[in-house]
Amino acid sequence: MVPLSYYLVLGAVLFSCGVVGFLFKRNLIAIFLSIELMLNGVNLSFVAFAAHWHRLSGQVFVFFVMVVAAAEAAVGLAIIIAVYRTRETLNVDKVNLLKL
Amino acid sequence: MQQLLFFLFAAICVAGAINLLAQRHPISSALSLIVVMGSLAVIYLLLGAEFVAAIQLIVYAGAIMVLFVFVIMLLNAGEEERTPGSRVAWLFGYPAVAILAGLLTWVFLHGGRQVAGAVPLGGPLAASAGSLESAADAGTAVNIGRLLFHDFLLPFEVTSVLVLIAIMGAVVLARRGEE
Repeated sequence: MVPLSYYLVLGAVLFSCGVVGFLFKRNLIAIFLSIELMLNGVNLSFVAFAAHWHRLSGQVFVFFVMVVAAAEAAVGLAIIIAVYRTRETLNVDKVNLLKL
Repeated sequence: MQQLLFFLFAAICVAGAINLLAQRHPISSALSLIVVMGSLAVIYLLLGAEFVAAIQLIVYAGAIMVLFVFVIMLLNAGEEERTPGSRVAWLFGYPAVAILAGLLTWVFLHGGRQVAGAVPLGGPLAASAGSLESAADAGTAVNIGRLLFHDFLLPFEVTSVLVLIAIMGAVVLARRGEE
């Protein structure tokens, strides 16, 4: 039997990897993939808690997180396509119209 | 056996996550994220969450990642180039994130018992955890569906509105302006 804390640590490591990617990646799509990685780390914590406390609510929350992630991916990728069409680049350092 | 499977797939998971960071081409990052999601599905199965494991593979690794790969290929995204702006982030970010991961690991492994006044993980749920019958907490589609359409009916309907708005927003955003 694997203790609950191991699952939480794995989720924390995945979340931290997502934070690293979000901060350091320069490609818009890679940043978006890092956000998905963070969502996966949180999902793992939800499922681990659901199994630990014998409550199914955690798994239902995972379902909702997945729905929100799908909606976010659709809208975000549409925004990325629109950005690429106007700026001809995916590098976040070159998308600086709102910068002072 | 369960521990062996957990450590095997946890190692694959972390390796995939690190590979996502190390790869410079977006399509390699996307494929390693699929590896992470697939091994997470096995870990969900270990936790007894069969429905979530299936949904993870079908919706996440299937639908969402296909969308990502499709957009990467549509935009013909090349390798990312490093810029001077990211040097500062490299310098300060890695220690900060290492501290974050180390702190979370320490708290989870020690249960936060050393911290004065800390509430144990789960708190009020701990008292009633044993009272549920074992058949009702298996993560099958029947049990999840019963919970989803009784207790969580209103959030479920709200998510359908969210998805509808997302569809319309995606169409409006990605449409070519008529000029």
